[in-house]
Order: sequence, then C-alpha cells, then structure tokens
Amino acid sequence: MSDHHHGPAKGLMRWVLTTNHKDIGSMYLWFSFAMFLFGGSMAMVIRAELFQPGLQLVEPNFFNQMTTMHGLVMVFGAVMPAFVGLANWMIPMMIGAPDMALPRMNNWSFWILPFAFALMASTLFMEGGGPNFGWTFYAPLSTDYAPPSTTYFIFAVHMMGVSSIMGAINVIATILNLRAPGMTLMKMPLFVWTWLITAYLLIAVMPVLAGAVTMMLMDIHFGTSFFNAGGGGDPVLFQHVFWFFGHPEVYIMILPAFGIVSAIIPAFARKQLFGYTSMVYAVASIAFLSFIVWAHHMFTVGIPLVGEVFFMYATMLIAVPTGVKVFNWIATMFRGSLTFETPMLFSIAFVVLFTIGGFSGLMLSIAPADFQYHDTYFVVAHFHYVLVPGAIFAIFAGVYYWLPKWTGHMYDTALSKVHFWMSFIGMNLTFFPMHFVGLAGMPRRIPDYNMQFADFNMLSSIGGFMFGVTQLLFLFIVIKCVKGGEKAEAKPWEGAHGLEWMVPSPAPYHTFTTPPDVK
Amino acid sequence: MRLQARRLVMLLIGLMASPALWAEWAFNMPKGVTDLSHSIYDLHMTIFWVTVAIGVLVFGVMFWSVIFHRKSRGAKAAEFHESTLVEILWTSIPFAILVVMAIPATKTLIEVYNADDADIDIKVTGYQWKWQYEYLGEEVSFFSNLATSRDEVNNLRPKNTNYLLEVDEPLVVPIDKKIRFLVTGADVIHSWWVPELAVKKDAIPGFINESWAKINEPGIYRGQCAELCGKDHGFMPIVVDARPQAEYEDWLQAKREEAARIRELTQKDWTMEELMVKGEQVYDKVCVACHQANGQGIPPMFPALKGAPVAVNKDMIADHIYVLLYGVKGTAMQAFKEQLSEVDMAAVITYERNAWGNNTGEMVTPKDILDFKKTGKYKGQEGKVPEGGVK
Amino acid sequence: MQLNPAQKTIVKAIITAVGMFAFVFVVMVPLYNVLCKVTGLNGKTDPNPYKSVPAAVDTSRTITVQFLATNNKGMHWDFKPSTHQVKIHPGEIGSLTFYVRNPSGKNMVGQAIPSVSPFEATDYLHKTECFCFTSQPLEAHEEKLMPLKIIVDQDLPKHINKLTLSYTLFDITEMNKKRTAGL
Repeated sequence: MSDHHHGPAKGLMRWVLTTNHKDIGSMYLWFSFAMFLFGGSMAMVIRAELFQPGLQLVEPNFFNQMTTMHGLVMVFGAVMPAFVGLANWMIPMMIGAPDMALPRMNNWSFWILPFAFALMASTLFMEGGGPNFGWTFYAPLSTDYAPPSTTYFIFAVHMMGVSSIMGAINVIATILNLRAPGMTLMKMPLFVWTWLITAYLLIAVMPVLAGAVTMMLMDIHFGTSFFNAGGGGDPVLFQHVFWFFGHPEVYIMILPAFGIVSAIIPAFARKQLFGYTSMVYAVASIAFLSFIVWAHHMFTVGIPLVGEVFFMYATMLIAVPTGVKVFNWIATMFRGSLTFETPMLFSIAFVVLFTIGGFSGLMLSIAPADFQYHDTYFVVAHFHYVLVPGAIFAIFAGVYYWLPKWTGHMYDTALSKVHFWMSFIGMNLTFFPMHFVGLAGMPRRIPDYNMQFADFNMLSSIGGFMFGVTQLLFLFIVIKCVKGGEKAEAKPWEGAHGLEWMVPSPAPYHTFTTPPDVK
Repeated sequence: MRLQARRLVMLLIGLMASPALWAEWAFNMPKGVTDLSHSIYDLHMTIFWVTVAIGVLVFGVMFWSVIFHRKSRGAKAAEFHESTLVEILWTSIPFAILVVMAIPATKTLIEVYNADDADIDIKVTGYQWKWQYEYLGEEVSFFSNLATSRDEVNNLRPKNTNYLLEVDEPLVVPIDKKIRFLVTGADVIHSWWVPELAVKKDAIPGFINESWAKINEPGIYRGQCAELCGKDHGFMPIVVDARPQAEYEDWLQAKREEAARIRELTQKDWTMEELMVKGEQVYDKVCVACHQANGQGIPPMFPALKGAPVAVNKDMIADHIYVLLYGVKGTAMQAFKEQLSEVDMAAVITYERNAWGNNTGEMVTPKDILDFKKTGKYKGQEGKVPEGGVK
Repeated sequence: MQLNPAQKTIVKAIITAVGMFAFVFVVMVPLYNVLCKVTGLNGKTDPNPYKSVPAAVDTSRTITVQFLATNNKGMHWDFKPSTHQVKIHPGEIGSLTFYVRNPSGKNMVGQAIPSVSPFEATDYLHKTECFCFTSQPLEAHEEKLMPLKIIVDQDLPKHINKLTLSYTLFDITEMNKKRTAGL
C-alpha cells in the first residue's frame, strides 16, 4: 500500500492487476492495434482473392468467414476498444480527475476482451468453420443454416457486450462525478462530451445486441422461433432488432472521433473551436436521430410505404447536424494560423473524407435510389469512407496528438508524415473505386465477379495492400517513440488547450490527485 | 516542372472524357430500361450533383484556408468563434435542400410501390443457390442455375464476357407489359436484383414481397443475388430476356410443349445406353461441382459416389432415389425433387450406379421414379436416408 | 443505504442497461407483432379464424385472389392449391382446397405460414377456415385435402383488384421435439 502512490508495480502482474487508468488505456490501445492488424490481415485475404476474377486463393465459404470476421473484429475489436483506450487515458486528465470512477471494474472490462476475441477467433478452427453469415448475421442464415461454432460466437458477443457496457458505465460515472471544481458540463472538452453521449448510446444499445444474440441462441438450441417463420416468428424481426442496435452502433464508432478532431483542429489553427455549443447540440441530435433511422438499412425487405417514407426523411435529417459539425470545423480553420503537423494532417483528411462518406450516405438515404445501391460495393465504399478516414484516421490523429504526453518523447515526425500520406493514398485507392463497381452492379460479399469489375477491383486490392503494409510503419513509429526520442515538453503543441497539457510529459503515473482549479 | 504537371492533368482529363474508356469501364448506375429505372437514375444523378455542389463549396472554403491562412504565410489567427446567425443559416439551408430533394424521391417511391393492375405475375423463389420462376396461371415453372463452367471459375479456361452472369434458363418476359414479381425465399434470405430494371427485393422465407417492372426495350438484362445467402451467394445470377409479346407467347408455348414431351418420355421404355448418355449430361450439370467428375467427391464435405454403398448395394437403390429426391438434412446434399424431371433422375441414378467402376448393371427407369414419388417405395423397398449418412 | 452521487449514477446506468435488455424481449418483440398485425407489415395475416359479419356482397367489384404454395427447405411434402386463383366479389366466400401428401416414411408435422401481397391488402383478406391456423401432422405416406375459406373485405382499398395469398410450408417436426425437450 505504501508504494501505491509512487509508481507502477513491476513485472507482468502490473498489467494483470492494474487499476490505473493510464495502464488500462495503454492496454486497450495495444489490444485494439493487435485486433486492427488481425482484422486487417483478413481484409488482405479478401483483397487478394478479389485481385482478379476467378477463385484463386480461398474457398467461397472461407471467404465468407473472412468478410464476417473482418467486420466483427474491426468494429468490436479495433475501433471500439481504441476509443475506450483513448477515453481511459484522456478523460480523467481532461476533466482533472485522479482516475476513472470505477478502477477495478475498469480492469475487468479490459480483461474480458482478450478472452472474448480468443473465443471468437477459435471458431475459425472449429468443425464447419467460424461465422460465415456477415457481421450483420441475418437470421435464418445465422440460426438454422449456421455452422455449429455459432454458439461460441454468441458467447463471444455477449462478453464483448458486457465489456462495453462496463466501460460505458465507468465513463459516465467518471464524467458526471469526478470533474474538477469549476469544470462545468459546458466547459468540458468536446472529446469528453462526445464520449459521454457515446457511453449513453452504448448502455442503450449493447443490451439490445445481447438480446438479439440471446434470441438466436434460444432459436438454435431451445426450439423457440423468434426468427423462424415456420414457428410463427419472423426473420425480418431480427433485422429490426439488429439495426436498432446497429445504427446507434455506427455513431458509437464516430462520435468520439468528432471529439478528437474538435480538439486537434483548434490546436493547429491556433483559434478557438467555432460554435462549441452548437457542436454539443449537434452531437446530441445525431445520437437522438440514430434511434429512429434503423430501417434505412432495410429498405428492400418490404416495409410499407409509410414506413419507408418515414425512415427516408429521418435519415436525410441526419445530414443537418452532421453538416453543422463539418461547417464548424471549417469555420474554425478559416482565418486561423494553420500548421500541418501529423495530427492536423489526419484531421483535415478526416474532415474531407468523412464528408465524402457523408455525401454517399445522403445518396443512400434516398429510398428509391437505395434500391439500386443497397448491398452493393457502393455501400461498402460508403461505410469504409466513414469508418477508415472517419474513425481510424481520427484515432491516428489522436495518437499522434497525445503520444508525446503518454511517452514523454516526440515521435519521428518525418516518418509519421510518410505514414499519413501512404495511408491517405492507400485508403482512397482502395475505397474510391468501390463506388464505381458498386454503381455498375457488383454486389457486396461475393468472392468472385464478372470481368467488367476487374480493373477497379485490382486497383482496390493494390490500394488495400498499400494501406495494410503502411500500418506496420505506424507500429514502428509508436515503438520507436516509446523507446526514446527527443524529449517532449509538457505542451508540445503551441496552440493546444486543456488540462492534459498542464501535467508534465510523460504524464506521471498519478495525475490530479488534488483537483486543479478550472477557470 | 509545372508544365509537366499541367500535361499530366490534361492527360487525366482526356482519359476521363474518352468515350471508349467510359464504355469499357462501367462507372455509374445504369439508366435501365424501364420508366421507373429512369426516374431512379435521375434521382441518383440529381442528388449526386447536389452533393458535388455542396462539396465544391465546403472544400473550396476549406482549401482556401489551408492555402492562405497558414502560419508559414504569416497568417494571424482571428478571434471569432461564435455566430448564432451563421449557425442558423447553415442549419436551415441544408434543411431546405433536403426538403426539395424529398419531393421527387417520395414521388418515385410511391410509383415503385404501385404494383396494381399487373398484366403478368411471376413468382420468384430464391434457393441456395439458384432461382425458381413460376408464371402464375401459365403452368410454366423452372429453375435457373448458373451456367458458367467450374473450369472458368477455377481459371482452367478463359472467362467469357458474361462470366458469372449467365444462366441455363433465363427468365423470359414480354416488353411493354406490367410484370409483377412475387418474391420469396425457400431457405435463407436472398435478394432478387436486376439493375437495368431497378428492381431489388428481398426474398424472405415464409413471406411474399412484390415488385414490378414494365420493360421498354427488348434485350438481355443481367443481375445477381444481393443478399448474403451462404457459400455460393456470388454464384446465383439472374438473367432476364425481354422479348416482344408475340415471341414471348411462342416461347411460353414451346415451354409447355417441352413439358408435355418430358411427360411422354417418362412413359417411354428406356434402354440402359440411353439412360447412361442422358445421365452423364445431368451429372455434369448438377452433380459434378460437389461429387466431381471422377465420382470421388471432396470428402468429408462432399462424399464419394464411387464405391459408395448407396450407389452400389442393390438393397439401397430406394435410398439412392430417396436421397436424390429429398436431399440429406444438415448436409450440402439438396433435394432435387423440384429441379429434375423423372427422366433426369432415373438417368443420373443409373449413371451413378454404373460409372467409375460402379458396374452394378442396375437400371432405374423414369417409371420407377414416378412410382417412388407416389408410394415411397422402389420395388417394395422403402427409401430413407441411409444410416450414418451417405459416407 | 445511503449512496454517494457516483454510486447513484452507476445504479442508474446498470438499471438502464438491464432495462434495455428486457426491452428487447418484453417490448420490441410484442410491439413488432402488434405493428405487423395493424399495418399488415410483411403480409402476416391474423392467426385466428375470422368471425364473419353478415354484410352485403359488393357485386360491383371483382377481386382476383391468387394462391401460391412454397415448400421451405427440407420440407418435401407435395403441396399445391386446387386452383391457382379465384375471382370473387367482396363479401363473398371463396373456398378451395390445398392438396398435401407426406411422401416420406416418417410421421411429420407441417406448418403452413400465410403471407399476403400487397401488404396493404393483408387486413382485408379474411380467412374463416384455414389449415394454417394449426400445425398439420401427417403420417408416413398420408395425403389430405385441406380446406381454405376466404372473404375479401368490402373495404378493400379501391385501387387493389388482385391480391396474392402465399403459403410456405415448413417442417416443424424437429422444432417441436426441441421445444418439448428444451422446456
């Protein structure tokens, strides 16, 4: 107990037993990067198979397992834990709290994850293979027609859900109760705001996902028929439940990114964020709207006209608060004094490319046009444009922004710019041509395609390999920075604001044990 | 340097504008061949140009700042960080644009949903992994399977232009008639999609969905299943062959005559040789993908037929028929009751019992199959799935 | 027990999470079924016989009702309607039969699931007698004619002149066993 306030314990047990938000944050980030590479390598298999028409490398069934696992791992293993990691590291420092509100639960919520993903990955080696029904696991393909390993997949999803909910409760409890005196809600950095709203979304919808997989489990093993038409159920009900979870889920993956970018752009524009209040309200409206648009994922299942019209209008409406955010970021840059360090490069790319993803989203919201876009590569292009340069670029931006604070060292800026440009080019090369093949009629989730799609697919694959390999460079940059490098000051960025820059770099093991004064 | 850059840009623009390349690379949504597909295409292009306009404006301002408001140019940061007026403007202007967009979108949507007063009704059933078409009231019904050979898929033969988009029997329809598609699924969810008709409707087991098209031009229109439906989701294309009314009627007539001929053939006395020839054809069409040309299958997923008890034991002929008719639950062996005629079944069973050294000399006739369908028995033998599967 | 503010937040959050899990089962599923019933979503028809109310037959309109039969995977019964369509006036009873036969050597239980297209017409197509109200056990090689009696409601929207009643036949033998074993 006596050394509790001095520093971390030694050895492996430090990481197993730690309740320190910085340790747990680091573990989340490393775990998510490992999952990013794991999910990424599956994307490489997909792109390699799609490099040319014809079947070259994998069987269609294995291909389906790859697309499914790629989606699940990236969503639940890479993006979400990365944001939780950033939340762990930064939220207490941003609001002047000594740690998260529930440190022991924090430890638990992390350590569930490796087991959940080990279980999920192990299904790939089970008889009949792993989940092969897409990350959206529509019944009855995922129930009556699923491989036997589906039961383990369901347990893995339950574990991830528990972990996310615990993480979210922790974030809420921390933000609502541990703010330093004077840190009113409307003074909180936007990253904290977006995370608070994200945490509420998580609490509201992760149980819905748990409910959906529980119903699947019961259908598979206990003869219920929630989703089996033969027993009086309805496979379309599954889609409603899934997307009631799924649409808020996609905002769970983007709201914290908004927060990160809203911290970085003002820092490198040397100008206060434009329209802070409207940013907060925009995030809240997006979160609210996310609950009433789910059926736009299901325009082709046969929804009555009235329903179709309602979901079309509600979906189009999302463009308004999202537009407000983009306009605010640009207004922040306008007449600023801009410099282009790596975090800023990623943030600018975020604004441009996320907006492009938003545009295709607006196109998809037009229900009659969606009949042509639905389940094609156009959709694949759309959600990769909002998730890769959206969520993932924002995470990179955040890491490059706060890495000096975490490690006490400046990273190799030249290499980090190479990482940015390679990622930027690779990403666009991969996903932009997908718009074209999708519009021309290539359905998603197919292992082989007609010749007319060949050129663009080859281009996508080349871009994909480029993007994939580039991420190893990121690993190298981070390791190099952890090991050493030029000493970073407490506030390495001239225009940065916030409590986290008041503590020295590297941030001591315990920060703000006495709350700071917030003006 | 600058000159070279300009030349490169010109080259790129030239490439983009070159009609040859536009033709070769499908870039955009097809305009399609129905009035509805034209409206949808117009909607698509309108919303596309709206986003382009917004994009030019927004990114224009942004890149203006990126270029002119950089610190290295000595830009000093301004102080402003709030303006209620501006916020109201950029909330209400996009909202107004959306309202304007919603009007044509809603109009088109209402049209899409109006399948009233159709001239022809066709039931479309999705199976793993093929489509079945049934012309209501016409007594014409058939399956439509992928026609691309496995050799092309496995890169053993060059791929043809319609690679993976060709079927053995296309859906033949008349032009200028309102065709109502009644879409359902028989196992998992599929989605029937033909881009040129702008029809995409999910085929959901237990439920019926409707959609419609009125085709303006004769031609062949190709599509694919658009909902992940398992292993061969990428291998169940759709081909619609639109013809003038008279030709369509001829085709219907020919279809009915063919059915009558097949019924006659069932009653005919077949010889062993005839059945073997026919059987090999059927085997090469429907069985070879799993059980392989040499009858050795790909165990354990696809068991061998060569030397298999079910294909050589005399007391298992009934089981052989049973398995072919009804499939084996929980395996890849599907039921062929609907897809194969009695003649095809008798022929392929005879073939399997005599090919690759399975020289049983036994012959199963179309009449035997017909009998089996009625009584569940082959010469007094009860058919069932053999104990322990067919391995 | 006195809770500090942080504990109060946590309790509220946990209650929300548990509540949302329960919400799926006790609200979403029943609500969806009610919605289906009210709006004809998915063409799901009333699972109970229609109590016909005496009403005048509207001879000014003739409605074509088409019948479809589909066998779901693994269900090999012969299954077809005696006629592919009937033309009836609203208010008039249309009756027909579906032929069904179990070709297998096993006793089986089937369940026919009705669905109506267009969805809008679902609430206006009444069944006074239908084999779909209950599951249908058939012994090995048994065959049967199953009656169906329908009435098209006089209030059927004017623009609809043709509607389709589709039945998909499912094999629920195994499901029944599982259900008995599971509960």
